[in-house]
Amino acid sequence: MTLNAADVSKSVKSALEAIASTKDLAELKNVKAEHLGDKSELSKASQALGKMAAEERAEFGKVVGSAKSEVTAAFDAKLAELEIARDLKVLNEERVDVSLPATKLPKGGLHPLTILTNEISDLFIGLGYRVAEGPELEAEWLNFDALNIPADHPARTMQDTFFVEPLESKLVLRTHTSPVQIRTMLENKPPIYVICPGRTYRADELDATHTPVFSQVEGLVIDRGITMADLKGTLDYFAQSIFGPDVKTRLRPSFFPFTEPSAEVDFYFNGRWIEWGGCGMVNPKVLEVCGIDTSEFSGFAFGMGLERTLMVRHGITDMHDIVEGDIRFTRSFGLGGK
Amino acid sequence: MKIPLSWIREFAALPNDVELERLESAFVSVGFEVESIDIQGSNLTGPLVVARVINIEELVGNKKPIRYVELDCGEAKTRFVICGATNFAVGDLVVAALPGAILPGDFAISARETYGKTSNGMICSARELGISDEHSGIIVLPADCAKVGSDAIKLLEINDVIFDIAVNPDRGYALSVRGLARELAASLDCKYVDPAKSVKTSDYEVNKNGIQVTVEDKSALSIVYIRTISDFKATAPTPLWMSRRIEKCGMRSISLAVDITNYVMLELGQPLHAFDASKINTEIIIRSAGNTKTIKTLDNQERKLIAEDLVVADKKEALALAGVMGGASSEVTDSTTQIALEAARFDPIRIAKSSRRHKLSSEASRRLERGVDPSLAEISSARAISLMIELGGGKYVGSSFSGEPRYAPTVSFDPNFVSKYLGTLVSLTEVEEKLKIVGCDVKKKSDSNWEIDPPSWRSDLLLAPDLVEEVARMIGYDRIPSTLPTGKAGAALTPMQNRKRGVANFLAANGFSEVYNYPFVNPDYVAQLGFVGDRAKSFKLANPMSEEFPDLRTHLLPGLLLTAIRNQGRGAKDIALFEIGSVFRNTEKLLSPGDIGTDRVPESAAREKIYKSVPNQPLHVGAVVAGKLGADSWNGKASDFTWVEAIGFARSIIESTGNTTTTKSSDFAPWHPGRCAELLVNGKPVAHAGELHPRVISALGLPPRSCAFVVVLSALEFSGSRKSETLITMPAAIQDLALVVDENIAASDVEAALRSGAGELLESITLFDRYDKLGDGKVSLAFTMVFRAKDRTLTADEVSQYRTAAAEAALKSCGASVRA
Repeated sequence: MTLNAADVSKSVKSALEAIASTKDLAELKNVKAEHLGDKSELSKASQALGKMAAEERAEFGKVVGSAKSEVTAAFDAKLAELEIARDLKVLNEERVDVSLPATKLPKGGLHPLTILTNEISDLFIGLGYRVAEGPELEAEWLNFDALNIPADHPARTMQDTFFVEPLESKLVLRTHTSPVQIRTMLENKPPIYVICPGRTYRADELDATHTPVFSQVEGLVIDRGITMADLKGTLDYFAQSIFGPDVKTRLRPSFFPFTEPSAEVDFYFNGRWIEWGGCGMVNPKVLEVCGIDTSEFSGFAFGMGLERTLMVRHGITDMHDIVEGDIRFTRSFGLGGK
Repeated sequence: MKIPLSWIREFAALPNDVELERLESAFVSVGFEVESIDIQGSNLTGPLVVARVINIEELVGNKKPIRYVELDCGEAKTRFVICGATNFAVGDLVVAALPGAILPGDFAISARETYGKTSNGMICSARELGISDEHSGIIVLPADCAKVGSDAIKLLEINDVIFDIAVNPDRGYALSVRGLARELAASLDCKYVDPAKSVKTSDYEVNKNGIQVTVEDKSALSIVYIRTISDFKATAPTPLWMSRRIEKCGMRSISLAVDITNYVMLELGQPLHAFDASKINTEIIIRSAGNTKTIKTLDNQERKLIAEDLVVADKKEALALAGVMGGASSEVTDSTTQIALEAARFDPIRIAKSSRRHKLSSEASRRLERGVDPSLAEISSARAISLMIELGGGKYVGSSFSGEPRYAPTVSFDPNFVSKYLGTLVSLTEVEEKLKIVGCDVKKKSDSNWEIDPPSWRSDLLLAPDLVEEVARMIGYDRIPSTLPTGKAGAALTPMQNRKRGVANFLAANGFSEVYNYPFVNPDYVAQLGFVGDRAKSFKLANPMSEEFPDLRTHLLPGLLLTAIRNQGRGAKDIALFEIGSVFRNTEKLLSPGDIGTDRVPESAAREKIYKSVPNQPLHVGAVVAGKLGADSWNGKASDFTWVEAIGFARSIIESTGNTTTTKSSDFAPWHPGRCAELLVNGKPVAHAGELHPRVISALGLPPRSCAFVVVLSALEFSGSRKSETLITMPAAIQDLALVVDENIAASDVEAALRSGAGELLESITLFDRYDKLGDGKVSLAFTMVFRAKDRTLTADEVSQYRTAAAEAALKSCGASVRA
């Protein structure tokens, strides 16, 4: 066959026109076979090169080469364009309603008492406290006597405390986590920095604000030179960590057998003062029975109810929700967070 | 204690214009919570006048008695009013609200037609005026106490403020106007006059006349006074100023003699008791009840005495349950003319015990069990006697006493300790001033050694911190600054605390909801669930909240199952619960803690005895799944939660602690006896898991095939740091092997046999199929075995040999044949 530049240029032109007018990928495949395939004009031109004289081949080879690249480039561009269009169409067809719920997945949660206990433990660990725990069924001596609550004290009546049969066993369901403080002091030398979270028991009927089984967290610090200002500062830090950085606390004089001076601690939240717990400087009588030298060491202790803390912080209005184990309540707290 | 502001003002020079909020915060800042403030008279406007009853016409034919009463209200003409009360007679002085008056509750008085008459006002009861709860009749005023027509609001001192103050148990002295006025004056920095100081005890000297007192039981009290008068007119009226104050303090006016004892108790804080002296046989003896078995108290109750009860007696019988309540036999009546008045500083503990034993808390016992100022026995009895003579025309006969007032000892005190303990500078001048305000005498030996003599009413001021509290109260706790101490570095959760958190997070993240159940259970219910042996040995509460739940739980499942049912009752369908908590089993022999006392540090042997008197309380995690984990949904069904998953969760929990576990079949209740696994670590059972017993499921109404698992977290050892082998990156060779075995062969045994036969290069083995439709009691178990060598690629031949060796081992120990 004879070849000339004009024919090549004509082939290029017709190839480019064909590519440009292609509407989809299947058509493009045919266009490719026709204009770039083995039997295309351009391929034939390439094949014809072999039969040409060397000089002519060099000159004409350039013409054919550039023609092929031009057509290939146009083809690649068209291919990319059509693939994008195809993807857009397919992905659009696969569109779903992402608002549909994933209810098949299990949904559980931690009880907020656990979440709060963890949170408080972590914040006090950050201050160098250990988390101390102890038995819920406890020796009367540790729950009462050692805390300067003598045998005839009103708190030790059956109206307030759960006793276990036989009474000679001298076992009670602990009325506070303070026996953990006593155990800690009996078995450790100061300085002592502990936080004692746990379940506690008092013979109150369950109602919107009371429960016979509740949770407390108590703190105890015994060190050289501990002052009531240290107590106040610790409570400020505690309250601000739990209720927010702007929360204020106040101490009011009060009475507990195991502290002297004693105080009630209130915090100011959402425009009112709320009673939070009791606190004070550990009574020397308590320190002495635990073998702590009061000429060298002093200490403070505080205690508050976790249910009450939760109720205030989360706006829980009925104690029943906290104690009844309704999964709707637990689930609403998920794995934590305030 | 309820206390009127007008009475406080008698002893505390409060500013006239002081605001109520200021008074409230002044009480609070020195440690007295204000429970309520009642502003009496604020919702009452006159005219309210004193009126005399001129005539009474009984209107008949009504359902209740109705009187048409003619009243002289000091006006030109008499008035007629309708009245439903009958406790008054012609000539009595009463309180009349005239038209235009507004009584509490927006009750406007006007002339109105009723019972066919015109009622031109109203005769008032105390409750209608909002001054007490008394509504058994209208107010009848003492004869000639005021002129007819005079203002009754003024006469009855209605306009007053009543504080209800919560008094802490260490402040018995503050259950009196004397005490609370002192505290309020100190808090507001006002002048205060002690009413006890103005009583002249010298007028009533001790002599051999009148009733004499003997104290048989010396531990009963520190001091007692008995004072006797004669010629007392028991029916003389209590003056209005006195009865009104008694009412304002929340008590009732009863008779002159009783009112005087109550009035002086409210004023000074010392309980007093008036006996009809003519009914006392010879003398008064204070003793333990001993052989005296009963006493009839003033409330007409026959009370059984025990030997330790403390009584005030005469030669013949018990006259009073000492410090708690008087007896009926020697009660003062209208015909009484001789009175023996008792004032004693009884032992607080004896009174507290007695009051509790007889479930009788009286105004007297409340004060005595908190401790009364020992100086008051002499003073208050003199004060009451003088009032009886003045108001009831009595004549003084004589007084006797026994014992002596015992006061708190002096405290030697370094005043610099205040600043050190509070963490803020309090000058020595200020310390001295504040200690004096609360009544202490201060003797300064040097700048660091003061001798503090607490006042008679503060037997609680014994140690330096007690004095610090007094100073702190008086300067205000608000003065205490805020400093933050920290412990040593290195604090962290214990391994067990970390484990608890890990397990809770694992279960919560996998769809379980955490609950905290009460540990109180019903023994019949627990027995129904099938608990036997150690798991049924419970502790019993001596005083349970309800007789239905008297036992402490020995296991978490009884509570979890009830909570699952509660959720189901509230409409939940797929319920997955877990709880982490202690259980209580009465299985150990516990030591008696012995008598330890608090006078010294218990020795280590004594401490050990205390600890061993307390049972071990293992920590469990338990879970119940009723329904599925997750729920059937628009995109298909959730997978079933079966015994397999229950066992899987229990195993995961155990393995997460670094322990390895083996499984064996168990028939533990309340599980299905054929579908319960006991999981063991080092041969010891640590968990049970599987499907619940069908009988339990149907009895409780749970969904069929509900499952449960319980792991004893405290039984799992801590493994320390785990070793990690270098991972092998050579290619794995995978071999599948299907075996046919008898259906009663445990898959875990087959797996163990394969493992033992497969050789060291076996990396993992997984059961991927189980086919139980072969018949002949055979099942097919198909395993995937993964082999890997650390130094080479395994050849097909080599791996095939391992596979054969594994199959031979399974044949040998389990009778397994390779499935064709």
